[in-house]
Amino acid sequence: MSEVIVITSGKGGVGKTTTTANVGTGLAKLNKKVVLIDTDIGLRNLDVVMGLENRIVYNLVDVIEGNCRIKQALIKDKRVDNLYLLPSAQTRDKTSVNPEQMKKLVADLKSEGFDYILLDCPAGIEQGFKNAIAGADRALVVTNPEVSAIRDADRIIGLLEANEMKKTDLIVNNIRMDMVKKGDMMSMDDVVEILAISIIGCVPFDESIVISTNNGEPCVGDSSLAGQAYLNICKRITGEEVPFLDLDKKGFLKKLSGIFKK
Amino acid sequence: MTILDKFFKKQTPANNAKGRLQMMLVTDRANCSPEIMESIKRDIMEVLSKYVEIDQEKLDIQINQSGADTDNGSVPVLLANIPIKSMKNRKN
Repeated sequence: MSEVIVITSGKGGVGKTTTTANVGTGLAKLNKKVVLIDTDIGLRNLDVVMGLENRIVYNLVDVIEGNCRIKQALIKDKRVDNLYLLPSAQTRDKTSVNPEQMKKLVADLKSEGFDYILLDCPAGIEQGFKNAIAGADRALVVTNPEVSAIRDADRIIGLLEANEMKKTDLIVNNIRMDMVKKGDMMSMDDVVEILAISIIGCVPFDESIVISTNNGEPCVGDSSLAGQAYLNICKRITGEEVPFLDLDKKGFLKKLSGIFKK
Repeated sequence: MTILDKFFKKQTPANNAKGRLQMMLVTDRANCSPEIMESIKRDIMEVLSKYVEIDQEKLDIQINQSGADTDNGSVPVLLANIPIKSMKNRKN
């Protein structure tokens, strides 16, 4: 049985693509067969975060228009087995694809035996969003603890409900515990209270994300806090119950190691 | 935040953001702009004015998110606080 998950947010720049790359890689590391689809036509990004930008031959629009077979367009990941990427087209726009075609594509991928099909949704609520959610069983809404991102997330949650999405969970990304403690930033609990939706993960702001994106290597599963947080999200997606990381405690340990570094 | 701050509910940036968002989302979710709220207010007043004299200064109408529980989950409710100055004498 494959599960189709769309990663969406409304607002841009909150970490959809980073989340897709890390959750996808993490699920594959948990021995699931995974395909990531970059649905942001015209603004190709997921390939870069995955470090696969030099291997693209065919793309999503080629598959949909029948210029190639699905298998020809799927790029195998460099590091992790059972992980594939279907890249977006860079020279086309969102109107090149419609929701019906996306549904068919997803159905075809299901028959290829993937456990998880992850759709990286573009920002906004227009055509690209409609395409991305069309074939999805489940949604992960990514937000930041910040006014505009939360407002957009609320709108997206409303739209997902209106489109009868079966299951929607929240990921709070880029949280900074030092600021939360001072009362300068909303906490995960604040965000959950405002949006009134189930939370599946909370990812701290972490320099290792910047480094891993620069290197084109998702950090999921490594020793960084963000890497652990992402792996926990993957486990929760597969149905495992994992307690939330104590970000504050780790922050203290980090501070301690910071002192020693000096 | 110190205990004293908590006691006095100090306006931290986090609290500020939360409060602003809660206000924003009430109107967003009800799909209701301030203009529509004004129209609702005006029309309600117009109807009520036929029967009672209303204290227009103290009139308060708002949409509250933590509202009524129905079969479809929690839905927003329209709360109106309309002080009546006096009943109008109707001649039968």
